[in-house]
Amino acid sequence: MGEVGQPILSKRILRLRLNGRWREDAVAENQLLVDYLRETVGFTGTKTGCDGGECGACTVLLDGEAVPSCITLAIRCDGRSVETIEGLAAGGRLHRLQRAFHEKLGTQCGFCTPGMIMAAEGLLRRRPAPSDDEIRAALGGNLCRCTGYVKIIESVRAAADADA
Amino acid sequence: MTSDAKIRRGVPLIDGIDKVTGRARYTADLEHRGAFIGRIFRSPVSHGEILRLDVERARSLEGVVAVVTGADCRHSYGVLPVSMNEFPMAHDKVRYRGEPVAAVAAIDAQTAERALRLIEFEVRELPAYFDSASARAPGAVRLHDNKADNLERAVHHVFGDPAAGFAAADLVREATFDCAEVNHAQIEPHAALAEYDPLTDRLTMQSVSQVTFYLHMMLAHCLDMSESQIRVIKPFIGGGFGARVEVLNFEIVTALLARAAQGRVLMELTREENFLTHRARPQTTVRLKLGLQRDGRITACECELVQRGGAYAGYGIVTILYAGALLQGLYDIPAVKYDGYRVYANLPPCGAMRGHGGVNTRHSFEVLLDRMARELGLDPFEVRRRNLLHAPTRTLNDLMVSSYGLGECLDLVERASGWRERRGRLPPGKGLGMACSHYVSGSAKPIHWTGEPHAVVNVKLDWDGSITALTGAADIGQGSSTMVAITVAETLGLPLDRIRVIAADSAITPKDNGAYSSRITFMVGNAAIDAARKLKQVLIEAAARKMGLKPEAVECVGGVFQGLDVPEAAMTFTEVVKEALVDRGTLTVKGTFTCPPEYQGGKHRGGAVGSTMGFSYGAQVVEVSIDEATGQISVDKVWVALDCGYAINPLAVQGQIQGSVWMAMGQALYEETRYLDGLPAHASLLEYRVPTIVESPPIDVQIVESIDPNGPFGAKEASEGALAGFAPALVAAVANAVGVEMDVLPVTPDRLMEALVNLRRQARRRSLSGGKP
Repeated sequence: MGEVGQPILSKRILRLRLNGRWREDAVAENQLLVDYLRETVGFTGTKTGCDGGECGACTVLLDGEAVPSCITLAIRCDGRSVETIEGLAAGGRLHRLQRAFHEKLGTQCGFCTPGMIMAAEGLLRRRPAPSDDEIRAALGGNLCRCTGYVKIIESVRAAADADA
Repeated sequence: MTSDAKIRRGVPLIDGIDKVTGRARYTADLEHRGAFIGRIFRSPVSHGEILRLDVERARSLEGVVAVVTGADCRHSYGVLPVSMNEFPMAHDKVRYRGEPVAAVAAIDAQTAERALRLIEFEVRELPAYFDSASARAPGAVRLHDNKADNLERAVHHVFGDPAAGFAAADLVREATFDCAEVNHAQIEPHAALAEYDPLTDRLTMQSVSQVTFYLHMMLAHCLDMSESQIRVIKPFIGGGFGARVEVLNFEIVTALLARAAQGRVLMELTREENFLTHRARPQTTVRLKLGLQRDGRITACECELVQRGGAYAGYGIVTILYAGALLQGLYDIPAVKYDGYRVYANLPPCGAMRGHGGVNTRHSFEVLLDRMARELGLDPFEVRRRNLLHAPTRTLNDLMVSSYGLGECLDLVERASGWRERRGRLPPGKGLGMACSHYVSGSAKPIHWTGEPHAVVNVKLDWDGSITALTGAADIGQGSSTMVAITVAETLGLPLDRIRVIAADSAITPKDNGAYSSRITFMVGNAAIDAARKLKQVLIEAAARKMGLKPEAVECVGGVFQGLDVPEAAMTFTEVVKEALVDRGTLTVKGTFTCPPEYQGGKHRGGAVGSTMGFSYGAQVVEVSIDEATGQISVDKVWVALDCGYAINPLAVQGQIQGSVWMAMGQALYEETRYLDGLPAHASLLEYRVPTIVESPPIDVQIVESIDPNGPFGAKEASEGALAGFAPALVAAVANAVGVEMDVLPVTPDRLMEALVNLRRQARRRSLSGGKP
């Protein structure tokens, strides 16, 4: 323990593939993935909406699977692939989910949107043509307070129907 | 009116791409390297006199740069000038558990949190009250010395002759309803970034405010600074729903910390602190009495309503006035008596929340009307049709109704839901219910009345041909900036992508009264159209001058200016801009909108509240399935129709209607705050049950366009009007499905089970006694 009760944490080197590119950073052992992304990398598209694992706004893909980055330790991602909202649009074009959420108004205030889109992307990789019930199940951990989810379901369906 | 076919189908938000790519920067996302981190020390007790507050150990901790307490701000603040009884940090007394007492800024979050633990705080506890009845009981200790019986405001209004109305009724019924306190639970937690520059004595504040002008004013007031030294900027905002209409304590605390630290301070509240900050819909008890004639005509209405307002005034007086005023304006009622009581209690202060004031009143009214209709053997739709208003008209309490599409809303949802064919013929456990609702399109008399127009928009045109609309209106996700872009583009006859909107930065944009009472489309939309018309006139005159025509003989279509009778005379937009700037240079035109006095409500005390230029009207049908073994209610589908006057952006209108109906579903079925001796037991998104996508139903929306004579292109509001109809429609559907009458919101499975068990017991008793009641 430190001088005034502060635990001294050692830092470790984290090597991960972030949105397709390998990088290395020194991170504290207790650093959460969301804080690593927001504070260390500067990717603020991943949001914090709750006090831990309640709202899904921080959802990212870890080895292709949707996880809440606010209850994932950064160091657990060592040697693995992390994908965030910043990595989706490519070649000057919106990703099909981004285009659908934009055009169908699957986003209003936009705060839950990055997490919602990443959770939907995790689903579409697993189930390219999901049913409405499968969409509901996959997004069940992502809260939205604006849309009533109606246009979110329409957006995911439209993206699934669109060419990849 | 909108001519562009593309816009008629609805357009995506102009800032939508920023949102779907994660580029949109919300307050916590703003660049803050090197900023100090703020944290708040909160009262551990619900009510008490502060005996000792010692922050010296916290102040001397390495890494702490500033500590502030109540002593650092002498001024109380609040909403109405008569009830500004709150300090950013407590003075002398604490009145709810979680009330800010002191705050710390440090080099990092860990240090700030450690410093909080070094603050020494001693309190002499006082009796605390967690419900209205005990707070009002004789001998209760006053929360505020000037308010006897802990009564913030009593309202007594009588319009018409209620006694005569009830005497003329064939059926008079009375019921009492209890609606739980709910919270906005916007997904973005509260945050603020304040920067104070000691060299110039200037403060820059970026915060989650829905009304940046209030924040600006209260910062100047609380920090004893000149308004001109302060700049308030609204970043992207992750939802508001009323939570951020009033200035919040943490915003002023963050500014005080920044000044004390002589630098930049970032304050991010936890979700738990968001619930402590609260300012949402109060727990409400409604005793309602209605008189009906056999044909369904309403003869009189009497309503006694008590709101548990929490520890400070906030919007309280406005909320208790709205609750009474909005008894009217939906139906034609010949006599109305209203007694409203706003009570102080030792809980986080309540405030404005979507459907401000009217929601629980409307719930009670519609539920009782439904029951009485059944008793009279009348169809719920027919009862509503018997009591329709006829616009233009003025209600008993002097509210102007200029356009009224409720009849059409009723027809549409009745047909879409298959009401006539299906109701009463559904399988066991399934039911249909319906209800109506309405809401104001902006308060016709703002709280801070200065004589200025209700809205001002500037539109700027420069040499590069770009058109920038500057508005103080806060886009909080409802799409108000997109609405401004559409109204300007449509008025000018230019494509939408030619218009840029800059919103809510006090150094750049004109003052605006902000995002509350659904005022932006009506007021700011009208001001934007006014500005665009003036700019169009300048452009037409320039084109006419260049082409040697009279201005009346020139029109602009799709960005091309041409002679009406000489189509070969034509100029591109770029050419016209060049001509327009000759001699005068860059152009900024100003558009304004003002509500005429005849719309600003009655002369009775509190008569301004509820007054508006235009009411939106909604009707909805809710279909439920009930599991009688568990009390679980599923909402299978909602059919809703809203008269929004005219849909400037139909896509956004649909989204707003769906969102408001759904938010009411949360209040109807799941959401309620719970306090254990003043300690919030609900302060997370797991305990406070916001509906997830799994239990959220399809919501079928139909838009009714009554074309309001004063609205921008005929438009009224679309974000709040449909909300209050959901809960009563759900309660009616439950009654239709399983025959129980629910008087308490939310209708949770345990409450429904209890009602079902009672119903079965009664049935058994009846059968045992041989069918006699």
